Amino acid sequence: MPTFVYMTRCDGCGQCVDICPSDIMHIDKTLRRAYNLEPNMCWECYSCVKACPHHAIDVRGYADFAPLGHSVRVVRDEEKGTIAWRIKFRNGKKDMELLAPITTKPWGTGIPQLSDEAAPGSEMRDSELLFNEPKYVRMDDGGLHTLESNGLTLKEGVYY
Amino acid sequence: MITSNPFAELSALIPAAAMQAYVIVMFLLVIGGTVLDMMHKKSAQYFFENAKKAEKSAKHTVSSGEKTSMAIQTVTSEVLTSSEFANPKRRLSHLFMMYGFIIFLVTTAIMIFSGSSSAIISLLWHLGALSVCIGGYWFWFSIRVDVNSEGKNWYELCRADLFIVSLLATVTFALIWSIFGSVLLFALFIASSTVLFGGVYFSKFAHMFFKPAAAYQKRITKADGSRENLPGDYDLTDPAVQAKFPDIPEYMGNNPPNMGLGIKRESPNHY
Repeated sequence: MPTFVYMTRCDGCGQCVDICPSDIMHIDKTLRRAYNLEPNMCWECYSCVKACPHHAIDVRGYADFAPLGHSVRVVRDEEKGTIAWRIKFRNGKKDMELLAPITTKPWGTGIPQLSDEAAPGSEMRDSELLFNEPKYVRMDDGGLHTLESNGLTLKEGVYY
Repeated sequence: MITSNPFAELSALIPAAAMQAYVIVMFLLVIGGTVLDMMHKKSAQYFFENAKKAEKSAKHTVSSGEKTSMAIQTVTSEVLTSSEFANPKRRLSHLFMMYGFIIFLVTTAIMIFSGSSSAIISLLWHLGALSVCIGGYWFWFSIRVDVNSEGKNWYELCRADLFIVSLLATVTFALIWSIFGSVLLFALFIASSTVLFGGVYFSKFAHMFFKPAAAYQKRITKADGSRENLPGDYDLTDPAVQAKFPDIPEYMGNNPPNMGLGIKRESPNHY
């Protein structure tokens, strides 16, 4: 279900190139427009779709559950703080719209400051754990965090 | 120096008729290249089919009066002020290049066809070329996506650079030739302008024709409600929107504040 670019919409601004976590959105050498250079490596994270200021990127669904003619499109409006989805069935009749607040952390606040951390010592280098792993997976204060240890219970349905 | 017609001094070397013939040939090459480009990419066919597809999923019909008004808006907004660029730097650079190039072309044609020695026309010719240089070199060294987001060096060329390189070469050699008057510089000016106008089929020169068509179609799809299957542009303070999507008032309040620029806060160059 890889992304593809509407060439007439794209203006080659580079937002998708910058944001793609798989580094597969690049600029075409003939037309200077974005394209997905390795569609089979795309894991449909929708980062580029949401980042594109011109809504020039779309995702092509697999034919088994998303037959030709359907459409799933999204607009992430950060200034309004909302994310809107529109899901259209291939019969053209069922046309659903969803609108919800963006619940992720504010832009730029979730970046770990790795340069401020102390360099790994020889003990950490020889360990099977990764750099600062107990701290970053929060196992240093007594095992894995669970719903129970945090005083939470599982509720039915979708909630925040 | 910049107020004298550089082509007037040249007429001793090259007859005016030859210069006029060259301009006409370049004009024909642009027309031919654009038609070939349209046939090869099937862009006209694409726009026609896309418009028909959008009409099918339209929620309301757009009257011909509205269509005319949208065509005018497209010309005054997207074409004349390059408003489609989300990046203000690119927009400014594009405006420098576009207006500079139009002034350069028109004054070239006036000077060659009428042999005008008007100081204003010559001054405009030089200023037009200078304006293209300002916008073009700014784009080339800093804004160009290959440099800004792909992390490439400014001297790494690919086919997509054919248009900008030949455009910059044309106006740069034109300016230097006008100042120093060397035959070699004139030859370089003519060679680069021939590549610029003759290479329409291979370059992105034809964007000046299909970009306004795409902008116009975008306005139509917004007006007829099909919106290319994109979700609506909601006003979060509208009670009807809040009733339809109760998460909005519940988590954001009845009058949600502006959440800031988000991704637009930083330039996309984290390579």
